Amino acid sequence: MTTAHGFREWTIKSILLAIAALLMVLGGVPLYKHRHSQIPIVAGPGVTKVLKLSQFVSSLKGSPADTDVFVLEGKEPGGKVLIMSNTHANEPAGLLATLIMVENAVVEKGTLYVIPEFNASAGRNTKPGDGYPLYFDIPTEWGAKRFRMGNRDSSPLEQWPDPDVYIHYPDKQLFSFLDVRNTNRTWPGRADGPLMERVTFAAMEMMRKDKIDIAIDMHGAETMFPVTNCIVAPQKSAKIATLVSMNVKAMEGFDNHVEPSPGNFRGLSHREIGDFSETLPFLLEAPIPFLDQPTGPKTVKLLLDGKDPFLLSLAKKKKLFVPYDESGWPMDKRVGQHCSVTLEIIRQYSKKNPDTAIKVARIPRYADLVKTGVGHYFHDPAKADKTSIYYE
Amino acid sequence: MPVIMILYYLITAFIVVMVGWNFVREKKSVNDMILYLLVLIPLVLRLLRVK
Repeated sequence: MTTAHGFREWTIKSILLAIAALLMVLGGVPLYKHRHSQIPIVAGPGVTKVLKLSQFVSSLKGSPADTDVFVLEGKEPGGKVLIMSNTHANEPAGLLATLIMVENAVVEKGTLYVIPEFNASAGRNTKPGDGYPLYFDIPTEWGAKRFRMGNRDSSPLEQWPDPDVYIHYPDKQLFSFLDVRNTNRTWPGRADGPLMERVTFAAMEMMRKDKIDIAIDMHGAETMFPVTNCIVAPQKSAKIATLVSMNVKAMEGFDNHVEPSPGNFRGLSHREIGDFSETLPFLLEAPIPFLDQPTGPKTVKLLLDGKDPFLLSLAKKKKLFVPYDESGWPMDKRVGQHCSVTLEIIRQYSKKNPDTAIKVARIPRYADLVKTGVGHYFHDPAKADKTSIYYE
Repeated sequence: MPVIMILYYLITAFIVVMVGWNFVREKKSVNDMILYLLVLIPLVLRLLRVK
């Protein structure tokens, strides 16, 4: 009798264990592959060297938070610009804009520093609870180019445990526990802090040591969030931001208003970069309907075309902070805004500071991207010189 | 890897062993067996550094 019971018990346990193992494999393998997949980047003719962020804070070396810094130097000396994307890796328009710059831009005067994967760990994280797709494809003339869809925060596999409350350094402002992994709350950071504080500190060190004049941090924001479709700038960058806003509206036909950087809200790039260095910071927000809460399923299509019937209904009730119609907010438009606003910031800065002017060529503007699509500017890694390929 | 993170991995491993041992010792209740396995899944995925 006991033997029969024992046999039944272990038969049930074996079946249950097999089901649990199957669930772990089915759920775990796609996440593992996502975490370890690589995006090939073809460094263009303008890239003169590629640094690692760990060169500015040695404790980042070898960690999954270390990331590439593409440097594009002009023949003539001039000003220096740092452009960052994937500070929040679930806002990919910035990533596409910076990769277009790395693959195409040529600097004639001054220097461009580009960090496409600022939060490299968040770029390998995801948010299954919100149904995030793991990848998205951008059509190009040579086939689809695949990108990882990341998360807002870095992976707990790199930085664990989270505190109950994140106490910002050095201001001691209290934030949500999650913000300890958010690289737009950990500025200006410190060399011996949690990993994400070391990432922002390394960028601060780079700006201070290399005397970078302008820092541009590319983001995306919900259409229902008031700080969207805008340039966020502190007082010291406000004049340039206002001129940029007026010019892109008049010359290129899209809105991008200016939001002041709040003085008492700490940890943000547009606040701390300005306060802790000589650099002029700008944070660019392009609308991303995918991140709005009241939408349909979080599909790749929604991420790319920004079309959603629920948002359309809300737009008719004037509940959104951006113009919204049946055409949605396509990725080409969002990337185009980032590129044009960046070029305009550089142009306005150069006009005000002729001694440290910066001259950049071959970065497409808003109209070019809307016309040809983002994929037109990506080069086929299969046909590229192997020494020019970097994996992000 | 910081010391506190290593400690958290050790705590996780300890809980995995304890829950696993409860699963082995459970003789009758299939519901409890399922419960133990459901608790184990995220902990094992963390130990394997998958999620």
